[in-house]
Amino acid sequence: MDFNDTPQEAAFRAQAREWIAANRPADGWQTRTGRDDDGIATSKAWQKKKYDAGWACIHWPTEFGGRGATPIERVIWSQEEGELGQLGGVFIIGQGMCAPTIMAHGSQAAKERHVPKIASGEEIWCQLFSEPGSGSDLAGLRTRAEKQGDEWVINGQKIWTSGAHYADYGILITRTDPNVAKHKGLTMFYLDMRSPGVTIKPIKQVSGRSDFNEVYFADVRIPDSQRLGEVGDGWKVSLTTLMNERLAVGGGFPTNFEEMFEMTKVIEGDNGAAIDDAAVREKLADWYIRAAGLRNTQNRMMSALSRGQAPGPEASISKLVLGINRQNMASTMLDIQDTYGVISQKDLAVNGGQFHEIFFRAVAHRIEGGTDEILRNIIAERVLGLPGDIRVDKDLPFNKIPSGAN
Amino acid sequence: MNFEFSDDQKLLKEQARGFLQSKSSSKDVRRILDGNEPFHPELWKGVAEMGWLGASIPEEYGGLGLGYLELCVIAEELGRAVAPIPFSSTVYLFAEAILAAGTEEQKQKYLEKVSAGEIIGALALSEGPGAVTPKTIQSSASGGKITGTKLPVADGDVADYAVVAARTGSGSDEGSISLFIVDMKSAGVKAEAIETVDPTRSHAKVTFDGAAAEPLGAAGQGWAILDRVFDRAAVLFGFEQVGGAQAALEMARDYAMGRYAFGRPIASFQAIKHKLADMYVATELARSNAYYGAWALSTDAPELAVAAATARVSATEAYHECSKENIQVHGGMGFTWEFDCHLHYRRSKVLSLVLGSLPRWKDRLISRLEERNAA
Ligand SMILES: Cc1cc2nc3c(=O)[nH]c(=O)nc-3n(C[C@H](O)[C@H](O)[C@H](O)COP(=O)(O)OP(=O)(O)OC[C@H]3O[C@@H](n4cnc5c(N)ncnc54)[C@H](O)[C@@H]3O)c2cc1C
Repeated sequence: MDFNDTPQEAAFRAQAREWIAANRPADGWQTRTGRDDDGIATSKAWQKKKYDAGWACIHWPTEFGGRGATPIERVIWSQEEGELGQLGGVFIIGQGMCAPTIMAHGSQAAKERHVPKIASGEEIWCQLFSEPGSGSDLAGLRTRAEKQGDEWVINGQKIWTSGAHYADYGILITRTDPNVAKHKGLTMFYLDMRSPGVTIKPIKQVSGRSDFNEVYFADVRIPDSQRLGEVGDGWKVSLTTLMNERLAVGGGFPTNFEEMFEMTKVIEGDNGAAIDDAAVREKLADWYIRAAGLRNTQNRMMSALSRGQAPGPEASISKLVLGINRQNMASTMLDIQDTYGVISQKDLAVNGGQFHEIFFRAVAHRIEGGTDEILRNIIAERVLGLPGDIRVDKDLPFNKIPSGAN
Repeated sequence: MNFEFSDDQKLLKEQARGFLQSKSSSKDVRRILDGNEPFHPELWKGVAEMGWLGASIPEEYGGLGLGYLELCVIAEELGRAVAPIPFSSTVYLFAEAILAAGTEEQKQKYLEKVSAGEIIGALALSEGPGAVTPKTIQSSASGGKITGTKLPVADGDVADYAVVAARTGSGSDEGSISLFIVDMKSAGVKAEAIETVDPTRSHAKVTFDGAAAEPLGAAGQGWAILDRVFDRAAVLFGFEQVGGAQAALEMARDYAMGRYAFGRPIASFQAIKHKLADMYVATELARSNAYYGAWALSTDAPELAVAAATARVSATEAYHECSKENIQVHGGMGFTWEFDCHLHYRRSKVLSLVLGSLPRWKDRLISRLEERNAA
């Protein structure tokens, strides 16, 4: 066991550090990490700069704008990029999920045309999978695609589509044959989000923000050349997206232990600082061992990757643990403030309302990219080898499956 | 970066597992559980012959001098096998205390005997219910004699020597406590076996009545030495706990696959699947934290204090979770003497208390983080 960089790793780190120091955006970028026009412009500028210098999506092959970096180099890069990494938030879906899907299943033209633009931040992508009647049960989707000549005509509705309102393109899963079993009649496409017939309606979230949307398709036309994979192979293609999603989403949330720890030193309770209260100490310890456990698990995973092993379903652990724990942690942090904890107004709230934000955001964390329950199923079935859930609809033709909507 | 055991260490692990499967089988463990022997003598002898007792003891003191990562690997397998031997008392506690504070002469004398499997060691601290603190230690030593009662003392009835904490000052602070080595077969020492939650690990009530006591480390340094020993032992016990948690998880998994109810294996019910997934997650986090502890232990890194407490807390929680839920998955069978589930349930409790309880370790972890941040 050795946490030190190898000479190659150290050289890579030095190179990355030097480049970042010379090129980082001027201070003040921190206030512009939102998903509004200003925030997106700041994000795009940083992404483009990285891309031009060969520091964007470094683990991708060079032909797609990456540098074929090793998993360890990727970790080193993100350590060095540090909080600047927040600027990449708007690109996660495109870079983390859509591009790998296109690389695996897209035509040569699609790869050449889009993947480098996703890497450079020029194009923002979204993922049009979930529907009002099909979330966890993704294969139950109803959005129709019908072939007319060289084009497909799309009708239906997607929901919870993050970033649809600022995305340039989206990957879309549709039903092309309702007469076969539900996993067999699906087909994947990608489309220009400004195509005629696409309507995007923001949804207001628990947090009060609107990061995701409803997306309606009324006779939207997609050329056959924008199909990803074979007709009827959409389920297989979507698995590429979902597997990458777990990797992209899982590690992306900070544990915020340090902020929590500092806050408990400052807030006063009956007997001095909150941190001196035995109950608070126990909760801090619980949170610390999970945060440390995830970090150390990540290190183990990296060691395995660096020996050429493929990332396994173990990656599901991170999102599962962080989701539940961030929610409980934020709730505890508000409890510690006692009555004052109700105040979320940024200028009055403790820590600028950071824990209030997590209190709401963690709700979604446990749902998006696979719910806690689905992740436990994945661990149980793929890691521990337990039997799959009984699927009563598996062999029925899709149009014979009973549903609440029929 | 390489955050993995080496191929040699993995090989050692396989060997250890194979050896323990044959020598510390359920039958062997149950022989101690059901009988009157305090530990399994053939297993103890075998472990000594394998050199495990001296795995991390330097060669100059008769050990193999392999290192702590190797000892961690062995500890994990001992935990998995619920080994009924005084290994932890002798190696993680007694030998570590001598290594931490012994004079050259003491190291020569005791460590060689530990390495050769000639003596069993113990650590005697607790004197009654509640946490062991400088205040609660009432045993006292002066003029080379020690008097007082210690209970429970893990392996106190079988130990040849014990490291004993006793009061040498009048205050109630840490500086009032010193450590001594006592020959457990000498005059003035009486050890009686006592019943505990885990009969596969023997415990005793030990009374010292003016027994001859040899100082270990400087007077008033007892607490500081114990702190160091505890940090190091926390990592090693952590590996035993991870091994036990993993074994309980596998036991639950195998049973769930084979037991049918309502026409299906119970492993196909989500309530059971999700329970097993949670056991798996707890075990993996604990394992990762134990690895970090192993690294800190093997390099004597400044992070050891935090890493050890982290490993200890996670491993205690994981073993508790897995050992109790394993019984739940087994249903009524899980509550029978005949099934092995209770071996882990028992061992998990003993291991969670041996170095002080979980709340104490959580408190210790936060104190260590406070110290680290202040530094
Ligand atoms: C912030 C956020 C952003 C999102 N962004 C996108 C996006 O960009 N693109 C996109 O396509 N989707 C997106 N989603 C949708 C997300 O993928 C779905 O919400 C998620 O898959 C769950 O589906 P659902 O909401 O339909 O819940 P349901 O599937 O209806 O689940 C309801 C409850 O039933 C449980 N459940 C369902 N099936 C099972 C089962 N087999 N076993 C046990 N329990 C089960 C669930 O765990 C949950 O507790 C986003 C969601 C959120 C919250």
